[in-house]
Amino acid sequence: MGDVLQSMLGYINPYYLQIIVNVGIGIILALGLNVVTGLTGQLSLGHAAFMSIGAFTSAIITIKLGLPFSLNLLLTGFITAAAAALIGLPILRLTGDYLAICTLGFAEIVKVIFLNLDITNRALGLSVPAAHTTIPLPVVVWVVVVLAVTFTTFVHNSRFGRALKAVRGDEIAAEAMGINVTRYKVQSFALGAFLAGVGGGLYAHFMGYINPSDFGFLKSVDILSMIVLGGLGSITGSVIGATILSAAPEFLRFMATYRMLVYGGLLVCMMIFRPNGLMGSINFTDLVLRTLGRKPHLKKIMEQKSSDTSRTDNGNS
Amino acid sequence: MLTLDQLYVNYGAIKALKSISCHVKEGEIVALIGANGAGKTTILNAISGIVPTLSGTVTFLGETISHVPPHEIVKRGISQVPEGRRVFANMSVLENLEMGAYIRNDKSEILKEIDQVFARFPRLLERKKQLAKTLSGGEQQMLAMGRALMSRPKLLLLDEPSMGLAPMLVAQIFAIIQEINASGTTVMLVEQNASMALSIANRAYVLETGEVVLQGDAKELAANPEVRKAYLGE
Repeated sequence: MGDVLQSMLGYINPYYLQIIVNVGIGIILALGLNVVTGLTGQLSLGHAAFMSIGAFTSAIITIKLGLPFSLNLLLTGFITAAAAALIGLPILRLTGDYLAICTLGFAEIVKVIFLNLDITNRALGLSVPAAHTTIPLPVVVWVVVVLAVTFTTFVHNSRFGRALKAVRGDEIAAEAMGINVTRYKVQSFALGAFLAGVGGGLYAHFMGYINPSDFGFLKSVDILSMIVLGGLGSITGSVIGATILSAAPEFLRFMATYRMLVYGGLLVCMMIFRPNGLMGSINFTDLVLRTLGRKPHLKKIMEQKSSDTSRTDNGNS
Repeated sequence: MLTLDQLYVNYGAIKALKSISCHVKEGEIVALIGANGAGKTTILNAISGIVPTLSGTVTFLGETISHVPPHEIVKRGISQVPEGRRVFANMSVLENLEMGAYIRNDKSEILKEIDQVFARFPRLLERKKQLAKTLSGGEQQMLAMGRALMSRPKLLLLDEPSMGLAPMLVAQIFAIIQEINASGTTVMLVEQNASMALSIANRAYVLETGEVVLQGDAKELAANPEVRKAYLGE
């Protein structure tokens, strides 16, 4: 089956293929950060650090253990999640700006550690051997994307997801409802890191070479921009935001000098005209259910609402 | 049912509570009144575990709960309606109520409970799909109370239920508090509106700068000349 897929991919221009894979990895990373920042409301500026932990872990697993790639990715995810839980336990007691600064510091520490470890080949960076799989990497990436979208959609609509939304809404009220706020924050942090780790593992094997400096502050901000552009807390938004911002640098290549200018202008316009992001809080499931007619259309709800209010208005007058 | 024994709470260098001792008996409405900064809210937060206590004990149904985390205290049957209502603004009325039942797992019982809350607050039923942030202040207060009742508390802590509400609504909210109490929930209430609080309470404590200065039967306190002068505006 691997050969067939490989030959099919052969028809795609390698340049476009690279963009497609980058978009896929971007989506996985954005979905992870969306759980932490979008759903739980904890601003993290260190998502790239988890990506780098994932990238190096996965590369080292391939080099030293030579595990099959699917097992490798799973193990990488869990190790990254464990690292996140460990670091999250002390720092997630902070809120807002303080938390953001802490995650920023954590990301720098991770970078410096990887720049000084022998096993990560210090500042020279690590060459990553080919992944142990017969299925071509671009296909693996997009299978993971589909799994990640399904999984995060499930999380959004679960009891667990509702608790996370409550934590985002009001921590004190959430606590008063019997929600263990710290535990849920750490769990969401670990979940976000799991996806970041898997994304990092895919990135490492696709690129074939990783350097700790690839996962700096700018990478974290990149991922944050994706979910802000798409709309915090929206899965559809994360997917769209990641797609646009992963592909934009390539499509804006013809005006390379002004690329960052356009990019910055785009974000400023976003904040002015759609401060809630492109998709606000619209979600895949809602869209699908609506097209299938399972949920009332927005229009119907609005009609019902207006008739409700007119009724109560009459009651008051 | 609930006993506070020589409770001390500090915020940094500031002594918020100095040796507070008080108790609530089953079935009562107990009011805490006093000026701003007297420590009323701190007492409620200390009971529900949001604020750590320095020394002293809080005993609920025979168990010490001074160092139990807040989410565990909810499971033991104490539910707080926080000051300023704090409803989940971006969730619908129904979702807010479901959040209130978060510690419970029995779906059919929860649905029954929701029906009871809607029966008590018909206004919420009309607005059940609306986002909580679009509700008026009074409706949000009703929602916060309904949400707290969803965990089926034995003791309901109410923090300033009259805050920012029109006088007519205040009367309505207090009538509902009495109803809730009559149906078997013990109530502890913090209020700036002393006359309103004393009119429905069985007993009351008057606080000043972190200490209990007066306590006793609510009717007697309401007749006490000192209280009338300091808190009832005479």
